[in-house]
Amino acid sequence: MRLLTDYMLSSNIKGVTNGFPLRLEVEKSVEKEVDFNADFLKNMFPKIEWKALVDAFRSMGYTELPNEAESPMLDSKEFLKKFHHALLQLHLEEGALICPETGRRFPVSKGIPNMLLHEDEVFDEVYQIESQF
Amino acid sequence: MWYLCVFFHRLLDYRRPEVESLAKLFGVFGDGDGDCCLEWRLPEQHHPDSPFHFIHLPSEDLARSIANRSILVKGIYELWGEGSSYEELEDTIKSYPDDRKLPYLTPESTFKITVDSFGKVIGFQEQNERIQGLAYIPFKGQVNLRNPDHRFWLMETDDYGSNNGLPPVVQRRIFFGREVGAAARKLLPTYQLKSRNYLGPTAMDAEMAFLMANQALATRGKLVYDPFVGTGSILIAAAHFGAMTMGEDIDIRVVRDGRGPDCNVWSNFKQTLFSYEYLIHQPLSGANELLAWLIYSCLLQYGLPMPISLLRADNNLPPWRPGLEEVISCPLLLVFWKFPVLDDLYGNLVFDAIICDPPYGVRAGGRKSGGRKLMKGAVAPYTVPDDKRTDHIPSTASYSLAECVHDLLDLAARMLIMGGRLVFFYPVLRENGSSEKRFPEHPCFMLVAACEQILSPRYSRILLTMVKTESYSEEVRESARKNHLGFKENHLKWLVDGNLHSAVFSPDNSQMGMVGDSKFNKESKPKYRGKYV
Repeated sequence: MRLLTDYMLSSNIKGVTNGFPLRLEVEKSVEKEVDFNADFLKNMFPKIEWKALVDAFRSMGYTELPNEAESPMLDSKEFLKKFHHALLQLHLEEGALICPETGRRFPVSKGIPNMLLHEDEVFDEVYQIESQF
Repeated sequence: MWYLCVFFHRLLDYRRPEVESLAKLFGVFGDGDGDCCLEWRLPEQHHPDSPFHFIHLPSEDLARSIANRSILVKGIYELWGEGSSYEELEDTIKSYPDDRKLPYLTPESTFKITVDSFGKVIGFQEQNERIQGLAYIPFKGQVNLRNPDHRFWLMETDDYGSNNGLPPVVQRRIFFGREVGAAARKLLPTYQLKSRNYLGPTAMDAEMAFLMANQALATRGKLVYDPFVGTGSILIAAAHFGAMTMGEDIDIRVVRDGRGPDCNVWSNFKQTLFSYEYLIHQPLSGANELLAWLIYSCLLQYGLPMPISLLRADNNLPPWRPGLEEVISCPLLLVFWKFPVLDDLYGNLVFDAIICDPPYGVRAGGRKSGGRKLMKGAVAPYTVPDDKRTDHIPSTASYSLAECVHDLLDLAARMLIMGGRLVFFYPVLRENGSSEKRFPEHPCFMLVAACEQILSPRYSRILLTMVKTESYSEEVRESARKNHLGFKENHLKWLVDGNLHSAVFSPDNSQMGMVGDSKFNKESKPKYRGKYV
C-alpha cells in the first residue's frame, strides 16, 4: 500500500466524525522501484493537501520532504525525486491503519488495506429511526 | 480537412464514440469542455454500419495520433480518389491536386500499395492486376513491402449478391488513399486474456478494456480508479496508456451459514477460488501469499506500473476522506465559481477517470456490507464479540444494480475532477424489442456516448461514457443521502425489481410451443447481423 492511499482514506465507522488521517502502524515496509513519472507527480501535486501527506511520510520514517511545499518546487528535479520516492516507492506491506477517533485497526496485509466494516460499525440510520419508536 | 476513416467491422456502436473520445484526448476541440462533436459524413448510399466513413479533422498529425491509439479504426487515409468504377476512380485521382500527390511520389521514397475489399476476398492475381491498373499515377519511388515510407490503399466494396450478414451495399464503391495512421490492434494479442497469469470468471476482454480506457481518456499522468477491480483487467488497459491506477473490491464470496440451498456450490467454489480478497483475509498460508502475488503478477507480466493501491472496501460505504471531494456549500461562491481564485476549491479532487464494470447480477452479483440480520431490519445488528474482532469476516448482503449504480454515480460526482469521465457498463433487457432505453442520470454528469454490445437475445450491455459538467453541491449530496436511505429501507424490493438474472436465464415461455419449428426459425432470421458483430 502506498502512502497516497493512507492520505486518501478515512474511517467511515458509524458515528465517527473525524475519521482521518488514519494513523499508520508499521510492521513491515518495503521499497519498490517504480519508473519515474514526472507528469503524474505534477498532476497529483495540486490535488493533495501537502501537510496531511507529509505526515503520512513521516510516520513511515521518511523525513526528507519539507513541511510546506509550493508548486514552483516541482521544477526542482531533486524535489521531484524525493516526492516520487515517498509517494510511489514506499510501501506499507504489513501493518494497520488506525482510526484516530475509535482506535479501530484496519489491517494491511500483503499491501492491501482491508477497509471493510464489521456489522456493528456500518452506518445505518434505519435502526436509529426505528429505535426512536 | 476530410479524411477517409475505415473501421474494423466490429462493435459498430463503439466506433465513432472512440474516435470522438480520442479527438478530445488529443485536443481537437481545444482545452475547453466545449463542443465535442466531430463532423462525420458517409459515402453516398452507404449504410450507417458501413466501415467507410469520412471524418473532418484539423490536421494530419491529429488524424495519425487518433488512428495509432485507436482499437477499432483500421486506418485513416487521405483520400486521393473514389468512384463507382475504375474509370471514375482514375478521373478523380487525376483531378486531385498534384501538390498533394507529388510529395509522396518522389524517386527517393519507398511505397507499398495494398488492395483491400469489404465483403469479399480479391485473389492475388486480381490484386496485381488492380495495382497495375494504377499505372496512371506517376509513382517514381521504389517498392518496399516491409517498411515503406508511404502506404497506399485501394479499397473496394460492392453489392456481391449475398452479403453474409454485412451491411447492405447498394452500389460498388472504390477508394484510393494514402495511409495517415493505422490502429494499435497489435497490442491485443499481447494483452489477450489467455495470456494472463491470473484470471477471474468475469475478467474484462482485452479489446473492450482498451476501448473503455480510450473512452475514459486514460493517458500519462492521470489517475484512474476502478471500484470493482476484480482481476484488474480494466486497469491493465489504463496502465498501458500510462495512467496511474487504483482499484477497490469487496468480493468475498464466503460460504456463509444460512444462505440456504439456493447458494450454488459450484459458483461459490469458483468465486472463492479466484477471490484474492477472501484468501488474503484468511490466516497466513502458502496459498494466501501465492494469490496476492498473482494479482500483482498480472501487471508485472506486462511491465506496467503497479496500481497505486488495491484495497478492499465497499462501494456502498466508500472510505474516502471528506477533504478529497468537492463541495460548494456557500451559494454565493457558485456565482463566482469560474474565477481562478477559487481554483483551490477543486484542488483536492483526485480521480481523472473512473472506469468499471459493475456487477449486475448475471454472471457475478454485487455485494455490500451488512448481512442477513441487517436486511431483516427488525433485528438489531449483530455485535461482534470483542475477542473475535481481530480476524472477524464481516457478512455481506447482495447489492442491487440500481443501488450499486446510484452509489457509483454519487462517488464519481464527488471524486472526479471537472471534465473527468465516468465509463461503465450498464445492462439492459432486450425483450420488449423497444429501442427506447433509459440510462441512469445524475445532475453532475452529461452522457456523451452509449454504445451497445449485444450479449444474448435476452440482454445486452451498454457502455456509458459520462463527463462531469457540474460541481457536487450540497443539494446533490443531500438527495444522494436520502436515496441511500431509501435503498436501505426497500432493500428487498430493489433486489427483486432489478433482478436481471432471472430475466436472462429463465426459460422463454413464448418459444416453448415452437420447438419443432426451431429450424424454420433459424432460417427466417434476417441475414443482416448489425450490432451482433
